Amino acid sequence: MSKRVGMEVSIAAAEVVGMTNVDVIAAYPITPQTHIVEHLSELVADGQLDAEFVPVESEHSAMSTCVGSSAAGARTFTSTSSQGYALMSEICYIAAALRLPIVMAVANRAISGPINIWNDHADMMMSRDTGWVQTVAENGQEVIDLLLHAFRVAEDHRVLLPTIVNLDGFTLSHMIEPMFLPEQAEVDRYLPPYVPKLRLDPAKPITMGPVGMPDVYTEARKAQDEALKASKPVILEAWKEFADQFGRQYHPVETYQTEGAEHLLLTMGSISETAMTAVDAMRAAGKKVGLARIRLWRPFPADELLAAVRGAKTLSVIDRAPAFSGGCGPVCCEVKSMLFDGGCSPYVWNYLAGLGGRDVTVEDFADMVAKTSACADRGEPMGYEFLNARE
Amino acid sequence: MIEIRFHGRGGQGAVTSAELTALAAIEEGKFAQAFPSFGPERRGAPVMAFVRVSDKQIRTREKVYNPGIVVVLDPSLLKIVNVEAGLGADGLVVLNTKLSAAEVRKQTGLKARLALVDAATIAMEEMRVPITNTTMLGALLKATDFMPVEALRAPIEKRFGPIAAKNIKACMRAYQETIVEG
Repeated sequence: MSKRVGMEVSIAAAEVVGMTNVDVIAAYPITPQTHIVEHLSELVADGQLDAEFVPVESEHSAMSTCVGSSAAGARTFTSTSSQGYALMSEICYIAAALRLPIVMAVANRAISGPINIWNDHADMMMSRDTGWVQTVAENGQEVIDLLLHAFRVAEDHRVLLPTIVNLDGFTLSHMIEPMFLPEQAEVDRYLPPYVPKLRLDPAKPITMGPVGMPDVYTEARKAQDEALKASKPVILEAWKEFADQFGRQYHPVETYQTEGAEHLLLTMGSISETAMTAVDAMRAAGKKVGLARIRLWRPFPADELLAAVRGAKTLSVIDRAPAFSGGCGPVCCEVKSMLFDGGCSPYVWNYLAGLGGRDVTVEDFADMVAKTSACADRGEPMGYEFLNARE
Repeated sequence: MIEIRFHGRGGQGAVTSAELTALAAIEEGKFAQAFPSFGPERRGAPVMAFVRVSDKQIRTREKVYNPGIVVVLDPSLLKIVNVEAGLGADGLVVLNTKLSAAEVRKQTGLKARLALVDAATIAMEEMRVPITNTTMLGALLKATDFMPVEALRAPIEKRFGPIAAKNIKACMRAYQETIVEG
């Protein structure tokens, strides 16, 4: 039976990664991810976890080591944030192209400058197109559940793609809260031992990562696109089996009070919990407001999202990072593209909120819904704004 | 839902106070969150930490703006920090001080209901260190009743190991000696 514990979310994440019988952890500390790899290094040093912990000199080396160990057939984990993620991103593309099932926890943090260590989604958006499977957690329980799910999905022979679990830096990573921590036997039941499909072995030499000349590069990229899209049924199957075993069901798009809603908020990550409280208050005041949350960021769940928002009059899309001078923030761009393809045309207003650690409050969500609704009524052109930015 | 804000100086254990409170509440079967004021911390500089405790699942990630209870680990902070910021009309300030309530009001202008304890003396006598975090938790739970003071025993033991007994003694002594305004 899972045990209800109070624990810092980062420590719980490390404990669960430890229970996956991970073979290699290569990592470099960076705020706000540090506690995750720090605790893993403690578990290894104390002899509680039989794994190789490689304390590398940079995130570029961390991901390079992960690529090497995963290619050799080892279950491999790392974690990073922000600037460190930027530094490792060169190798992140390669990990996905080599189809290496590395699992990474990203404690999401703003990108400098100005220098900022606090939470937003700039790092998640920066690495949108590295080709990894990406899920997003809203609370501590989801962090540990999605980490188990990540290993299960990444290593499935129908997927074989590196997988990220995004968790909001500080807001989740540094939070002490109650979680149900699984027992070892439960983890073992859900996550079978990793069996590599191909691995670097001197006895049976193969080449990984050759040059892709112009005559094959397009096909290689297409194959990656197809692989990422094909991961979706496995992601859903692994969530179904997770629900069967642990009683918690996850979906690519989660909805809250969307039934009969005229005005929808669209969020991603831990602010979704605050948004739910705001929706409760607005519903209590007789407003037909609901909430859709993106759980699966890559592969992008266009069908599920379309189903969730179809019928709404207005959509307030919250982005946690800018797409400078684009028509809207990165999440909203995807949403608008999905709406256009789906022949669905609600009024959409885009809010760039919670940047670099700025709080997003219950009141902010009420203000956003009211403003979008008013703009729609006045027939104003759709657009975006930096929420509560001082002029 | 109860919201608590701890004021201390870096190194005095305000963050630990918040953590122990949440861990004890979770052990009691409640829901809780504990978090620091996120960012770089410096020893000696004013720091804050926050706790939410509820019988129901807590579904917010907002900062704590309107605590019902404020715990002040270091009385010198009263000169440089408005510890009553955001505190409601029926709010409570739990204060480490050697002074009487009348003298505290005269010197600081605090308006909230007060719970007072000489935590510095208790900590020095029981633990030989001027760290008042566990001591002030005894005062907090004397002044409020959202969980029994005994709930702190297990998390303090887990956190402090060989020096847990001294911390528990200081905590329980503060529980006895705290004076709570009616």
